This record gives sequence, structure tokens and C-alpha cells, in this order.
Amino acid sequence: MSLLEIKNLHAQAEEKEILKGIDLTVNPGEVHAIMGPNGSGKTTLAQVLAGREEYKVTEGEILYRGQDLLAMAPEERAREGLFMAFQYPVEIPGVSNVYFLKAALNAIRQHRGEEEMDAMDFLTYVREKMKLVKMDETLLNRPVNEGFSGGEKKRNEIFHMSVLDPVLAVLDETDSGLDIDALKIVAAGVNSLRSEGRAFVVITHYQRLLNYIVPDFVHVLLDGRVVRSGDKQLALELEEKGYSWLEEHLGAGEPVTA
Amino acid sequence: MPETETDILEEQVAQQYEAGFVTEVEQEMLPPGLDEDVIRTISAKKGEPEWMLEWRLKAYRHWLTMTEPTWANIKYEPIDYQSISYWAAPKSKGDGPESLDDVDPEILRTYEKLGIPLEEQKMLAGVAVDAVFDSVSVATTFKERLAEAGVIFCSMSEAIREHGELVRKYLGSVVPPQDNFFAALNAAVFSDGSFVYIPEGVRCPMELSTYFRINAMNTGQFERTLIVAEKGSHVSYLEGCTAPMRDENQLHAAVVELYADEESQIKYSTVQNWYPGDMETGKGGIFNFVTKRGLAAGRRAKISWTQVETGSAITWKYPSCILKGDESVGEFYSVALSKGWQQADTGTKMIHVGKGTSSTIVSKGISAGHGQNTYRGAVKILKGAQNARNFSQCDSMLIGDECGAHTFPYIDVQNPSAQMEHEASTSKIGEDQVFYCNQRGIGTEDAVSMIVNGFCKEVFNELPMEFAVEARKLLEISLEGSVG
Repeated sequence: MSLLEIKNLHAQAEEKEILKGIDLTVNPGEVHAIMGPNGSGKTTLAQVLAGREEYKVTEGEILYRGQDLLAMAPEERAREGLFMAFQYPVEIPGVSNVYFLKAALNAIRQHRGEEEMDAMDFLTYVREKMKLVKMDETLLNRPVNEGFSGGEKKRNEIFHMSVLDPVLAVLDETDSGLDIDALKIVAAGVNSLRSEGRAFVVITHYQRLLNYIVPDFVHVLLDGRVVRSGDKQLALELEEKGYSWLEEHLGAGEPVTA
Repeated sequence: MPETETDILEEQVAQQYEAGFVTEVEQEMLPPGLDEDVIRTISAKKGEPEWMLEWRLKAYRHWLTMTEPTWANIKYEPIDYQSISYWAAPKSKGDGPESLDDVDPEILRTYEKLGIPLEEQKMLAGVAVDAVFDSVSVATTFKERLAEAGVIFCSMSEAIREHGELVRKYLGSVVPPQDNFFAALNAAVFSDGSFVYIPEGVRCPMELSTYFRINAMNTGQFERTLIVAEKGSHVSYLEGCTAPMRDENQLHAAVVELYADEESQIKYSTVQNWYPGDMETGKGGIFNFVTKRGLAAGRRAKISWTQVETGSAITWKYPSCILKGDESVGEFYSVALSKGWQQADTGTKMIHVGKGTSSTIVSKGISAGHGQNTYRGAVKILKGAQNARNFSQCDSMLIGDECGAHTFPYIDVQNPSAQMEHEASTSKIGEDQVFYCNQRGIGTEDAVSMIVNGFCKEVFNELPMEFAVEARKLLEISLEGSVG
């Protein structure tokens, strides 16, 4: 059974149609990259998957693990194993990173019928995960994202992902604003979580991230549609020739799949 | 002949009346209006000594010369002082609802959520309790323990009758009747309140709660409380309750005076949840205009005010400390929530007089709905206050887009050796934060709760434990539905 099936997805924000018929299938174990110029609908796609109310789905359906994703509230989706790494992670003053994650993990475990973790066990568990993203232990007790640098915020997202152990992870431009060192750490974190049961949808503007997180599939989004799909070679072509090359190449703008 | 159940009951009931209820009441309630005759009637009904009546009359005459202050950041319909009734007899057993079925289901729902046991719920709602054994016997044992320690804890009315000299010595010494408009009114017409006296060197063996003062439900709208801690004594006092309280009387103008002698400590904690008025229209809520002040009279005296305010349509209060004794300490920890159409103008005044004094202010204001929350704080360092230290932190949290938070800190330093620290912050719980929590698997109610709790942590840590647990629950319930 596929993990994620998006069929003819149309979505709008502020009454403007942004996604104009997206089809995408993701199976467990796969890493899909979604690329596209600004305004193509990349973030809208991520937000619709996460369940942000401001984005209205006008047509189409999304099946996640065989269930109707659009009928699920955002926290339900999270508890079913869908994780999104935000492009702009917000700050949550007064709530420590560790406390927040424990609450989140236990909400997910409770949903799965598992026992909640107590503070001691959680701390041990979390310390292991911190090593993956080379996270400083001091960031554990700071309020979520408060005073974090851009790079620290993005690493914190990956840290959250590793703690919450998702089935499908959507990374919304995780590489934006990162220098090469931070990028490598983030990529290493993601790669360490690649497994048979897990899938990734990596949304990115630049090809560079894909040198480190090597995708199985690459899809290009243009004006709200997937216009081209391929493997990692497609990303390299785009890097070389630019998005406008693709636009010209498409002629009438018909979707083309490899 | 063995006593029948009826005999036992009657005995207990008689005891209850003896403990503080006024026995002779001709009228249930005085007609509205205020003049010297009303005051004489009040004093007579309470069986007060002559000096008390004179004190009241003097205050009343002064009140007549005063004008109501208008500087607070709150809007309300003008109060007609002649349309208020200034005396109401304590409710007798037959007055309340027949059973819990007759009580507003909204109130019952809150009781359930706060985990209040059924018998207590009946008491709070004014339902006649058939077997008063439990509450009377608990209160009696309580009183015995206090008596052993030499602690006096009784109603103000009883104190005026039984401990007149003590009361007379301290009453008005911290908040004189001329202090402000509402203090003058209170001094003239105060109904009842608490009197606490801790003798020298005594650590009060338990936390004193208004719940144990049998008159608790009937203090009326002009409460007067006086706490005196002699040298080296300690006391922790809890005022109020988390259960929502209704009252036909809209204006509450209480006065609380704390007197702390050398090396003594008074901790005064308040949880206030008076009816805040209709959530949609804002009408009908309580106006809570309170003057609370502590005098740290002796060396190393310490006074701490801790409050969680979630109710009332309008809250206007500034629990303050006068740090007269050298090395005396004043503290103020507050969480104030304004939602619906509530308005709060609250804060504190720390006045440093003696040498080496220090004060700490931590104020957390939460605004939601159309609530307006104002922090008004004053720190005054007088000329002779050598080496004074103050730390102030006022944080505001806004929930949603229609509420407001305002901060008016006043700092007046007349001695250059003072050390002052002031921090302020404003944060918002917006949809972004809630959505972030949702995306991690945390539901919206839990998210708001978690964020607000984190925000209020420092204040909750100062509350006596059971109060802290109740206060957290109260805040959670009060915030339900605030993030749209």
C-alpha cells in the first residue's frame, strides 16, 4: 500500500488558486524531492499536507496510509505519523524544548495505544537523538526556538523529527538560510532516519541539498502543477539550465512525466 | 435519656450560630442608600463598641468630601452609591436553592472541572447542607490547634467584640480611612472579613484559609481584613476560592491591612474568580476595587503578595508594601487574566523607606477576547533608603487579535545607591504557535494551556501548593475557547 497518494489536488489561499491539479504517489522507503521556482506552490503543498486551515482544498483527494487525510485535524495527522519540518519555525516562549517534545511524543504514543514515557526515560531517549543532529544540550532547556539562530531552528526541526519518529516526513525548504556546515548536519540527520518504513518529501528551491540527501524521485512544480518527474539527474539538469529552460522546453505547458 | 439525632443536630446548629452568625436580625436587608443612620444601624446590628461607630462615622464624613478617582485605564458606568444596600443579613439555611438541580449548570460544570467534592459544591452554591457535622467538626479541630499556638483567627466582627483593644491598635494603621475614595467608603460601611493575630515567635501551624471561617460565604461586598504578625512570627493566609462566585452586589471594595513586625513573615495569597460578566456583552460582572497594603514595620520583616485573578468584570487593585524596617523585604507575584470584556488595572507599589530594603515584582498579564489588561507599578526609593534593591518583571501575553495589554511602570528614585532592574516583554499566542503544536501532535486546548502555564510558571511556583494546583486548573478552564 502506498504511503501517500495525492490525486488531482486543487487548493487555494486567500481565494487564489495555487495548486491546480497535483498528482503524486509516495511509497514507504522512498525519498521524493519537490523543486520549483517561487510561487509554484511548494509551500502550499506542504501546508495542505500538514492541515493548515488557511489553505482550502477545492478539489481532489489525499490518501495517507489508506485514510482520507483531508478529513483529519492537524494533530490527528501528526499522531498518525505525519511530520512537517517548518520553513519558518515559530518560537514558543515559556515552554522548554524538552517539555514540549515530551508532551508531543506522549500524545502520539497515547494515540498508538502505547504507554507514555516518564521524564527520566524520555531524557535518556532524547539524549541519543541529540547526538544525531549534534544538538547542544543547553538547547533542550531553552524555550522552543527562542533565541535560536536560523541554523539552530532548522536543526531543531530535524531533532524534533528524530524524537517523534514519523512515518512520513515533509521537509519544507529545510535548507533555506543554512550555510554549508549546517546543511551537512541537517542532511546527515535526515539520512540517518532513512528506512524501509519511512518516506520523505523534501521540498527545496536549490539543488544543493540534494547532493547530500540523494532523492529517489524528483518532481518539478510549476504554476501549481507537477510538470516533470525524474530521478536525481533531473535536479542536476535544472541546476545547470534553470527553471526557465524547463518552461520553454514544455512548450504548451503540458505536464510531462519521465 | 439518650440524645436523639435531632438533639445532636440542633446542638451543632446552635454552635454554628454561636461561632459567628449574628443572632438578632430584624430586617433581611436595608433599603438602598447611604447616610449616617445607615452606618449607625450597621454598627448596632453588629453590636459594635462606641469607638468603632465613631471610627466609621469619621471615615464616612471624610468620604463625602472625596471624589471618585478616574485615572485608571478602565471604563465603567458611573456607580450610584445611593442605590446600593449597605447591609444584608447572612443567608439563613432556608434561603438558598433547594438542591444542586436548581443551580446554574454552568457553575456546576466549573465545580466539576475544579474537582470540588459534592458536599462542598452544595455549600458554595448556598444549598442547605443536612449534616453539618463534617464542616463544623473540621473547623472546630482547626480552631483548637490554633488556640494551642495562641493564634487568633476569627471574623472581623468577632474580633471587634472579643479583641477590641488589639483591633483598635492596628485598624487603619496601614490603610487609613483617608487613603483613597474606596478605602474611606470601606471604613464607613465594612461588613466583615478576617482578623488574624500571630503572637511573638509563633509559626502559625497551618495555612489559614477563608474557607474555615464559617462566615466565609457571607462577607458581603465591603470586606475588611487585618493581619498582625508580632516579632519573629510567620503566617500564610489564603484568600478566595477558585469556584466562580456570584453576588447580587456588583461593587466590591475591600481593604486588607498587613502589619509585620521585626523578623516576621506574612504571605498573603489570593485566588479570585468573581463573576466576570456576560462573555458576549460584558454586562453584570463584579467590580473588584481593592486596597491591599502591607507594612513591613520592623527590621527584616517580609511581606509577600501572591495573586491569581481570573474573575470580575473590573479589577482595580495594587497590593503594596511599605518597607519601613531596615532590610525588610516586599514581594509581589501576580497572574491576571482578562478575557471576554473584562478589564484589569492592577499592579503594586513598593515603597522603600528603611535601609538595605529589597523588593521583587513579577507580574504576568494575560489578555484574550476583548480583555484589557493594564499593569501599573510604582517603585519609590525615598531619600533615606540607603542601598535599596528592586527587581521588576512585567510580562504580557496576548491571545488573539482583539485584546490589549498596557504597562505603566513608575520609578521614583531619590537615593543614588539604589539598584534597580526592570524587564518587560510582550508575547502572543497566535495561530502560528498553536498550529506548530498541532503539527507535533498536541491538541489546541492543551497547547494553549501549556503555553500559558509556561508563561505563569514563576508566579505559580510562589503559591502554596494546593492553591497552585487549583490555580492552574482555574486558568485552564478560564482559557477554554480563547484561541479561535
